[in-house]
Amino acid sequence: MSAVLQYAVQGLAAGSFYALAALGLAVIFGVLGVVNFAHGAFYMLGAVAAAVLLDTLDLTLWWSLLVVPVLMFGFGLVVERLLVQWLLRLDPLYNLLLTFGLTLILVELVKQRYGVSGLPYQLPGGLQGRFDVAGVVLPRYQLFVLLFSVAVCALVWLTMTRTRIGMILRAATENPELARALGINVGRWVAPVFGFGVALAGLAGVLAAPFRAITADMGNNFAIILFAVVVIGGLGSIVGAVVAGFLVGLVEAFGQAYAPTFAQILIFVLMALVILIRPAGLFGRQEATT
Amino acid sequence: MLEVTGLSAWYGQARALHEVDVRVDEGEVVSLAGRNGAGKTTLVRCLIGLHQQASGTVRLHGRDITGLPAHSRARAGMGWVQDDRGIYASLTVEENLLLPPTVSDRAWTLARVYETFPVLAERRKAPGSTLSGGEQQMLAIARVLRTGARLLLMDEPSEGLAPVIVSRIAAIIRDIKATGAGVLLIEQNVKFAATVADRHYLLSQGRIVETLDNDEFRRREGDLLKYLGI
Repeated sequence: MSAVLQYAVQGLAAGSFYALAALGLAVIFGVLGVVNFAHGAFYMLGAVAAAVLLDTLDLTLWWSLLVVPVLMFGFGLVVERLLVQWLLRLDPLYNLLLTFGLTLILVELVKQRYGVSGLPYQLPGGLQGRFDVAGVVLPRYQLFVLLFSVAVCALVWLTMTRTRIGMILRAATENPELARALGINVGRWVAPVFGFGVALAGLAGVLAAPFRAITADMGNNFAIILFAVVVIGGLGSIVGAVVAGFLVGLVEAFGQAYAPTFAQILIFVLMALVILIRPAGLFGRQEATT
Repeated sequence: MLEVTGLSAWYGQARALHEVDVRVDEGEVVSLAGRNGAGKTTLVRCLIGLHQQASGTVRLHGRDITGLPAHSRARAGMGWVQDDRGIYASLTVEENLLLPPTVSDRAWTLARVYETFPVLAERRKAPGSTLSGGEQQMLAIARVLRTGARLLLMDEPSEGLAPVIVSRIAAIIRDIKATGAGVLLIEQNVKFAATVADRHYLLSQGRIVETLDNDEFRRREGDLLKYLGI
């Protein structure tokens, strides 16, 4: 029983990274219609930035949780203005080319600068150690990651459902042309939304920094699983991205515990099952069958 | 209030509109009738700024809005009631009403909207996807009235609705006219158009072939039904 709880927390903590990053991907896809294949690279940049900030400026994780998303937001704005905005009128094939090419460039640049061996990352004292709850030992940091990301997801959800900005973004997601005809300058929201999605990927990277080997390649595998998450949750669905993120984290953790050789495959089996039963994903809007 | 001169539109090489002139005055309801494919919807999309391949000029209140993007045209006072009603399924009824910015001091308050359309007040928290066709049409019209738009472009507002709802919509259009707003009504339902419009344009193969006042339109109703093929 205690082992099950440990795996559950471990899975939910790992799922936090997927949930945050997938949330960013979902928001970007919703408003821009662009599938951002560079999302894994932005996640990697978040982790690398946290490691570099700690190493050079002595900024601990607490600071990085604040500073890195802001930096990544700015970086996202620049990428959108320079590159992504040209995709919006093109065939979706080009967004694969551009964002995948961008991934290769970012990964190689990081390799050039920081090598391939992995950067060290030390947690601040307050987040080290374990909780001992009724005989179950839970790493403090895993619980922190879980609570933090749930809070961020809840905040995003509240913004989307309770504010005027959220209302505009939902309308722009569902029918951008009509939103324009109703007097909403949809174009104005494109760059900030992209920046916001990139910031979420960066935030996931910061949270993952103490957990994972920080290398230029850390985003590659992450991105593959991330796309499984998005397919399971339903492309463009915000709730779906978060739920599927945590779900995939759990499947991964329990898979690694009980069937280590199948752990990765399990995620894709889950994805295949979801596609068979609900082709648009768990929370995707099912296309009308007419 | 609306003056369209020499409006032409293309889809690639195919020409959809040929030098169309349309005018709608304040407090006037003008219908645009024509068969499917005559160019009615293309004309509306050109006016609202969603169809780019076009030439000619569009003036609203004497202001040339030809070069403006769709959202600026809406802010200049043009309100679009889409043929499929364009209700956001992921927004509640009230959010649908509050989504567009108000564009003039004629904007209706939410209280006035709910007073006029009690059914919307009852369903204010319901998602747009749960409304019936008639309720959706009410919402689409109410949404544009709440912005204070001075020219309403209504695309097939009577389509697919029960007769009792259609007469309700006719009453609403007459109310709108009484406030001094202009309405351009895209309509295949000749009987409905005759009950609300002051003037009628007949559009055929992308050209305005006739302009009729309502008396003449009524006299030739039988003809026109045949002509429009419905």
